[in-house]
Amino acid sequence: MKILNIVETAYRATLEEQDDTILWLTGALKNAGAEVDVVLRGNAVNYLASQECPAFKIGSIGVNHPARPNEDLGRLRDKGVKIFALADDLEERGINQGNCVSGVQMIRGSDLVALMDAYEQVWHW
Amino acid sequence: MTKKLTLALMDPPYESANSTTALRIISSALQKGIHINVFAYEGAVCLPLKDQAPHANPVKGTTVEQEEHPTTKAFVSSLLEIGNGNPLLTWVNCGLCVDERGAGSVVDGVKRGSPADFLKMAQESTNTLVIPTK
Repeated sequence: MKILNIVETAYRATLEEQDDTILWLTGALKNAGAEVDVVLRGNAVNYLASQECPAFKIGSIGVNHPARPNEDLGRLRDKGVKIFALADDLEERGINQGNCVSGVQMIRGSDLVALMDAYEQVWHW
Repeated sequence: MTKKLTLALMDPPYESANSTTALRIISSALQKGIHINVFAYEGAVCLPLKDQAPHANPVKGTTVEQEEHPTTKAFVSSLLEIGNGNPLLTWVNCGLCVDERGAGSVVDGVKRGSPADFLKMAQESTNTLVIPTK
């Protein structure tokens, strides 16, 4: 069964979780044998831009391994997960594709329906 | 006169950046010597749950020690330790919210209260910051 995970909500508790929960879930599903690919749309396209979340403290407790979505996307690619992103959403946010992680297939919103048709289940997060 | 700030929190742990933002504001305010009241409402009463535990990360292949996964109970405990006198952090969990969630097992220092406590906190504060669930 081919699954397409559309990730739209971004940075939801990534400071507490030290991961994006759906990128993490995608990796876990892939490890469990799933055929799964990812589309980044909406605010989730921010995960493509080069970024570094510094470690920080609350009281005396450190968050020492903050989420690193650039690396997480690379790890998914290495596992064979295809990463797509909506170029329209990058442009809306003024994110230059030249500043984004490589290996991502840019698509237009008008291409999304045809892409979804290639999957048996589409999960929109 | 020492300033006092009241925060009303609603989000549960591990669901939103709101709770991290709130805890960072509390941490910074305590560092500046500002007294803090927290009224934890709805899902926020789960922030100090005692049974929270860090876990390994099987997707990244890290052990529980390597992952150093934060828990919100540890954040709350640390803040209560810093705010144990001057400045003072008073953390009140809404009792009815606790009951409906079965969320009564919390770290030391967290009190049980009601909206009347929230009103009293707000009345005695320089200002009140509401961080609601959206």
